[in-house]
Amino acid sequence: MSTATASTTLSTDRVGQSLPPARKARPVAEFLSTYVFSKDHKVIGLQFLFSTLLWFLVGGLLALAVRWQVAWPWSDVPVLGKLFAQQGGQMAPEFYTMLFTMHATVMIFLVIIPILAGAFGNFLIPLMIGADDMAFPTLNMLSYWFMWPAFFAFGASFFVEGGAASSGWTSYPPLSTNVASSPGAGMGQTLWLVGLTLVGVSSMLGSVNYMTTIILMRAPGMTMFRLPMTIWAMFITAILQAFALPVLTAAGFMQLTDRTLGTGFFSPEGNIVNNAMQATGGGQPLLWQHLFWFYSHPAVYIMILPAMGMVSDIMTTFARKPLFGYRPMVYSIAGIAGLGFIVWGHHMFISGMNPALGITFMVSTMMIALPSAVKTFNWLGTIWGGRIQFTTAMLFALSFVSMFIIGGLSGIFMAATPVDIFIHDTYFIVAHFHYVLFAGTAMGVWAGIYYWFPKMFGRTMNEFWGKVHFFLTFIFLNGTFFTMHILGAVGFPRRLADAYHYETFHHLQPLNAFMTYCAIGMVATQIIFAINFFWSMFNGPIAGRNPWNANTLEWTAPSPPGHGNFDFQPVVYRGPYEYSVPGVEKDHLMQTDPPNAAEAAAAAAAHG
Amino acid sequence: MANDNSSDGSPKRSRLMGIFWSLLFLAVPVLGVAVFIVAPWYDIWLPKDVSEHGKAIDGLFMFILALTGVVFIATEVLLFWFLWKYDAASATGPAKYIHGSHAVEVIWTIIPAATLLFLAIYQMNTWADVKMRRPAMAASVEVVGRQFEWRLRYPGRDGTLGTPDDLFLVNDLHVPADEDFLVQLKSMDVLHSFFIPNLRIKQDAVPGMKIPVWFKATENGEYDIVCAELCGWGHYKMKGRVTVESRADFERWLEKMYAQQEATQPEPLSGSDGAAVALTQ
Ligand code: HEM
Ligand SMILES: [Cu+2]
Ligand SMILES: [Cu+2]
Repeated sequence: MSTATASTTLSTDRVGQSLPPARKARPVAEFLSTYVFSKDHKVIGLQFLFSTLLWFLVGGLLALAVRWQVAWPWSDVPVLGKLFAQQGGQMAPEFYTMLFTMHATVMIFLVIIPILAGAFGNFLIPLMIGADDMAFPTLNMLSYWFMWPAFFAFGASFFVEGGAASSGWTSYPPLSTNVASSPGAGMGQTLWLVGLTLVGVSSMLGSVNYMTTIILMRAPGMTMFRLPMTIWAMFITAILQAFALPVLTAAGFMQLTDRTLGTGFFSPEGNIVNNAMQATGGGQPLLWQHLFWFYSHPAVYIMILPAMGMVSDIMTTFARKPLFGYRPMVYSIAGIAGLGFIVWGHHMFISGMNPALGITFMVSTMMIALPSAVKTFNWLGTIWGGRIQFTTAMLFALSFVSMFIIGGLSGIFMAATPVDIFIHDTYFIVAHFHYVLFAGTAMGVWAGIYYWFPKMFGRTMNEFWGKVHFFLTFIFLNGTFFTMHILGAVGFPRRLADAYHYETFHHLQPLNAFMTYCAIGMVATQIIFAINFFWSMFNGPIAGRNPWNANTLEWTAPSPPGHGNFDFQPVVYRGPYEYSVPGVEKDHLMQTDPPNAAEAAAAAAAHG
Repeated sequence: MANDNSSDGSPKRSRLMGIFWSLLFLAVPVLGVAVFIVAPWYDIWLPKDVSEHGKAIDGLFMFILALTGVVFIATEVLLFWFLWKYDAASATGPAKYIHGSHAVEVIWTIIPAATLLFLAIYQMNTWADVKMRRPAMAASVEVVGRQFEWRLRYPGRDGTLGTPDDLFLVNDLHVPADEDFLVQLKSMDVLHSFFIPNLRIKQDAVPGMKIPVWFKATENGEYDIVCAELCGWGHYKMKGRVTVESRADFERWLEKMYAQQEATQPEPLSGSDGAAVALTQ
């Protein structure tokens, strides 16, 4: 990658020195090793980014099909209806079941988790800690390529007999283990388990790498408490992955052998499904739920902590102010991660688990809202007294905070066991996790894309269209998801192909139709994003090293950085959030800027 | 460069944008609260509660709604206010140079911690009433989930399940009003969840487990039984009805149904309901 263009538009006072030109080699092998089987963390990060964005599109279209059925059950599905038509253009209930299962599966395992850790983690960790690459580049490459068999397993499952998995993303047995229980419980479910395991392998390879890299490869002067929040979040996320994932992998194998080898971990004695007696028994369906949530509750934090980190960094940049409460922010991430291991039972309050245990899990779940609250207050503290620049990245970051408040507060309703009796498995839960995962994490991801795009591609995205994209997404997402809270208050159950034949729910169709219109608008809005993204990659204004006047190390490297990242040895003198230091000429002091006297005086005054 | 304020041209226009974006964030609490105020008018709200314990559950729901509502409005309005006030296009001078405050951190850790702990403790009694303090009585009915119906078995005149006078029914639950009623919940095949919105009752049915569910219905009428746990392609149609009626009506109905069963099924134990019988042991 050339740095020639970047160095002409340097916005830092450091002069870029071009890297030696790439050696001339056989062009095909050269191309393969640079762009395909690359061991460069930036290329791998971008590979993750492009793959996950593609799956984001697939997941979004699946969501629209789900929404169609919820709003207008049994009516002909436009356009797509022709593709999978079972009865004319109408959707069969088992197809609907498959759709929401695969929507969640794709979004969680092929989009959110890999885009945070795989794309942003890979791209940002070495750059932000001042390393030339990851600790284990080959492992890193493998972590990306293990995604491909997973892509194939999930992708192919749509075309096998019986269709893709259809027992929900939670895959509760016996529905998932007993082949007779539903069409998707055949080959589709097996492929689902295979895909899940491979995604797990990929995550584990990444996680080992991130931990090692962050511990061992920080630039001189980069102490742990000078790390940007993004890196702290990635670090703790990696630890969470490493400890939680083995449980899911083991459980997945148990489910696989229940299905293929006739073991009976999850099937009780005498279990008869669909009039077909099952040979083995002696297991317990609840065991799966415990194992699954032991991973999947920590996983919901794997799905948000990195976004929290990125948003913290973006907000300080555009508030031109130090992060409020850096250490409390770090401790609360650690607190969330620790508590995250002892709350899994809140998904099982009414599962048949001993109700006394429910009380324990209620207390731990209530307490996990605490670090989330502390983070929110500190974000508000960060913009208080700032000089806020409403860039697209900032708008997305602010909306993360605004929306996370909603998702966090709805969590309290569900943590309250008596209230959860009524709202469990209703749209209230659907509202909750879309506020944290879509309105939270996905908005944080967009903030990250708009913010780091210049570093990735050397050009900035169009701000005007970025704001249009933000505005419409923000409006439509609230139209789609906020109303789900009141649906949940009626008790409107999730995962029903048609709920209107219940007296309790039949008046809810118009509201659901409204939500589907909003969902269509939301997906359509992403066309603006896609065009802006690809157009700006080639035609956007050249960015220079530090287009946002930010402080962290990645902004001292060329945009995009060449192989090896830095064209000098970065040495770190301070934390990442020294904005608006009194007496300092610029309104920001980069982590590499040499120490100066005014700064020391300001620090003494601020802490004195 | 890509810095918004300089590229937007005039500072005035830039300030207008700041106002626009702040107001957008103000719309979140305003419209959010509005939705919750308007929804009950359209009957998009907690369905009528006809159970004794439901009052407590609804009370807790409203309590949490009020509490979180205050936090929601306070934090979202604060967010709006900071955006409005500290817009770089209008605020003068540099940003505050401050890294946090120990005192403030302590305050906003201790207060929510105490509130949350209180909230957890405040739930416990109701939870224990609904799920732990089981009335000392024999099961009033056995409910067995099966793809995709609710199989019911009343113990008959002798009050014991598993005797020849048991009454077998599907999807049609009758309950005497103002009495404790104890359901023994089972599943024959996969997970189901026994959900009666108006009775504020939900409990998963798990194969291999017998789970007690109890309630006291307080108002006569007919209500929905919904399956709330995904159980396969026909999950959506796994619908039952519950009729709450006076003791006398309930007895009359039992007699009538039993007579019907006798007429159509001379030998209930070897009847067409073999599967349900197999579960009796
Ligand atoms: C303030 C902190 C939070 C609390 C107290 C909380 C509480 C809960 C509870 C009690 C449930 C189970 C509800 C039920 O099934 O009846 C739940 C579900 C869920 N939560 Fe949270 N939550 C919090 C934050 C988050 C975050 C940050 C995420 C993700 C980034 C998240 C993602 C989810 C998901 C995906 C589910 C539903 C899983 C499913 O059933 O499919 N939650 N939450
Ligand atoms: Cu959870
Ligand atoms: Cu069901």
